[in-house]
Amino acid sequence: MTADAARPQKNIVRGGRGSRIGLRSVALGYLAVLLIIPVLVIIAKAFEDGIGNVFDTLTTPEAQHAFWLTLVMVAVAIPLNTIFGVACALVLVRQSFRGKALINGLIDLPFAISPVVIGLSLILVYGSLDGWFGPELLEMGIRVIFTPIGMALATMFVSLPFVVREVEPVLREIGEDQEQAASTLGANGWQTFWRITLPAIRWGVTYGVVLGTARALGEFGAVSIVSGRISGETETLPLFVQKQFETFNVSGAYAAALVLALIALATLLAMNLVRKRDSKTTSPVTLGKTQEVEA
Amino acid sequence: MPPTVAHAETPPKRPLSGIRFGGPGLTRGLVVGYLSIMVLLPIAAVVSRSFEDGWSTFWNAISSEQAVAAMELTLIASLIVVLINGVFGTIIAWVLVRDEFPGKRYVNMIIDLPFALPTIVAGLTLLALYGNTGILGLSGVQGTKIGVIMALLFVTLPFVVRAVQPVLIELDQDMEEAAASLGAKPLTIFRRVVLPNLTPAISAGAALAFARAIGEFGSLILISNNIPFKTEVASVFIFKQVEAGNEAAAASVSVVLLAVSVAVLFLINWFGRRSAKG
Amino acid sequence: MSIIVENATKKFGDFVALDEVSIEVPDGSLTALLGPSGSGKSTLLRVIAGLETPDSGRVVISGQDMTKVAVQDRHVGFCFQHYAAFKHMTVRDNVAFGLKIRKKGKEETEERVRELLRLVHLEGFIDRYPSQLSGGQRQRMALARALAVEPNVLLLDEPFGALDAKVRQELRAWLRRLHDEVHVTTIFVTHDQEEAMDVAEQIVVMNDGAVEQAGGPRDLYEHPETEFVMGFVGPVNRVGKEFIRPHDLVIQHIPEDGAAEAMIERIVHLGFEVRVELELAEGDPLWAQLTRAQAEELELAEKQIVYVRPSRKKVFDETGPRTEELVLA
Repeated sequence: MTADAARPQKNIVRGGRGSRIGLRSVALGYLAVLLIIPVLVIIAKAFEDGIGNVFDTLTTPEAQHAFWLTLVMVAVAIPLNTIFGVACALVLVRQSFRGKALINGLIDLPFAISPVVIGLSLILVYGSLDGWFGPELLEMGIRVIFTPIGMALATMFVSLPFVVREVEPVLREIGEDQEQAASTLGANGWQTFWRITLPAIRWGVTYGVVLGTARALGEFGAVSIVSGRISGETETLPLFVQKQFETFNVSGAYAAALVLALIALATLLAMNLVRKRDSKTTSPVTLGKTQEVEA
Repeated sequence: MPPTVAHAETPPKRPLSGIRFGGPGLTRGLVVGYLSIMVLLPIAAVVSRSFEDGWSTFWNAISSEQAVAAMELTLIASLIVVLINGVFGTIIAWVLVRDEFPGKRYVNMIIDLPFALPTIVAGLTLLALYGNTGILGLSGVQGTKIGVIMALLFVTLPFVVRAVQPVLIELDQDMEEAAASLGAKPLTIFRRVVLPNLTPAISAGAALAFARAIGEFGSLILISNNIPFKTEVASVFIFKQVEAGNEAAAASVSVVLLAVSVAVLFLINWFGRRSAKG
Repeated sequence: MSIIVENATKKFGDFVALDEVSIEVPDGSLTALLGPSGSGKSTLLRVIAGLETPDSGRVVISGQDMTKVAVQDRHVGFCFQHYAAFKHMTVRDNVAFGLKIRKKGKEETEERVRELLRLVHLEGFIDRYPSQLSGGQRQRMALARALAVEPNVLLLDEPFGALDAKVRQELRAWLRRLHDEVHVTTIFVTHDQEEAMDVAEQIVVMNDGAVEQAGGPRDLYEHPETEFVMGFVGPVNRVGKEFIRPHDLVIQHIPEDGAAEAMIERIVHLGFEVRVELELAEGDPLWAQLTRAQAEELELAEKQIVYVRPSRKKVFDETGPRTEELVLA
């Protein structure tokens, strides 16, 4: 959080050095046990059978396919959700109409549903046998379940809210003055959007994209159900991790897990960087009124 | 934000002419359409499927012993986890905002790890650490309710921290100074001045954490061993039903989970709006 | 470019912001829309700009009916209270914005930008970002930006409202000078009566969505047509139905016919002006504005009993506003 720059914090409440250090130890200790040590463990376990094994696992065709498929999922889901996210934020902030509550509810839903329920719901809609649209789609030659198409839908579902929720407060804060000023200067709707609105929200968009990407990369439950986990065909990297573990290639599983963990850490660093670049606008970025409050 | 004096006359939002393609109405239509197809449709399918075979099938599905055990475990474990992380989350937020120490920036960064890490990887690392063949060689975690709780603690950690942090940062410390000048000791100040102002944020974070916990899947499946009646949570139960082709049963329990999540979301929004007015 | 608004009405839900408002702004003039919050002055300005569309009525700019014309095509320059600076653009790009939209050439644009920045004394800041400018500088940049496209009319919505007193004073004088130089028809909105009196040639006083009176500053001050205008445009004492300006209240030590007995509650020295707060026998509070010399001559002290009478007073009743001048004996 750009918080530290926001206002100097005075320590009035804390009694003395003793309780401050005590509290710090509790906090850091808890974090160490819960977060930090497990991460170190992945690294240790991954290289347990030697670096050769890591290399071997990660260069199998299945692993490479898994990696590639994961990226494809992201490449499909994130751009679509970004366009949707910006448009939706504009609609929510700049328009007034009834039914906003329903829209907000739908946007928040992916945060609150279990991934397996998501997977189930997609099967019920797109299942080739008796889904709502499955048979019709099958006639057109389109299979959704057990193919990357269904997996993409699942990935889109879970990463849907991020850009909206990050852009919304930014849009609200910058207000309409700049856009109105642009229109008095002769700019039409598109020009105003490209030259004024979009640049003003760019950090919100970036942040949302980074968060959404992390979520999409790591999705497991929904994709697991929808994909059928066919090795080399419908297996993303997270599913690959599970498959390796189940087939007793434990260190292989950790190797793939390590890749994912490194990507996660890279995401955290990216988030940190964006926060710093965005520190001109020091308001805390909250995802809508409800969910994951990122500092 | 500077006060806007002249804006007593400012009208309700009027859409910028032609924001996007054809106009504001079209944009709204497309947005609603996208949401309907991506979210509304699938959810409707789940609800519909659970009642498709009639009320009695629904009722039987959610009252089967295994289902009840799974839901019970899910709810209780989630509650426990939310309570624990409510306390620790607040402490961590406090330390991150009010304390200074080298490396604080990195600690702040790492809080988001559960958000960024795939759940299966989280599950794997918990196993590596606390599993029967794990580094610590513990035997009382894997396959037990403790394992379930540990996994849930991991994935829900950031919620309360991130909810409390911004509130703590924006908190007007004049109040604390006033209390101190009136003779209040630090602990009293925290209890009577700071905490009441944090409660809405803590609750919101806790509610979100709860919604997340009841649906958690990937991080649990390895460390819990998914033993029915013992460590099988609702999401795993649903998964098994799907694999077995019992769509109705899966949908029914899903509806229960959905109902709880929606209720929690609704409560958060409702309270959030109330405290915003206050 | 002259501006005429005819019977403009604008409602926001149940709230009537403008109620059949008509004004006339002569070409090249500097007019103030003056009124309290909620009087409709900002709404009127925005209707003229095209940022709002009136429910009924017309907006005529230079003889052309612009009521249905979009804001982009009205060729107005608009300045906002909080500057509406394009935060992500430099000062140069801000000022050049309108020119870029009109696809003017690169060289032409650059030259015009520099010319304008010289006009507003911001040449040195051409590569800075708005966040690096003070409030007053940002507003000057906003003005340069609005003037860049040579608008027919310049509209300013409480342009100095967000600035502190000293900067406000400076910019007021500066706006007057700018208008003398550039001669664009200018309308600005303010709730500060001193600002309106200081800067404008014509003042339109508004209240509750309607025009109370329009005229020159002196006109409004000395010949207010309604109670509201009298009270808003300058300080006033109200005694029953009579309105007396503090500087028209004469204090003397000798009782006289027509003079009321009053006790001095407080004497405040405000630089050149001395304010004497009094209470009449019946309990009504009054205050008189004296020069330092006058106050010294009278040798006033707190808790003194003195006699006060107006040298001039106004009464507003069914027959219209009435001024009564009382000749000093």
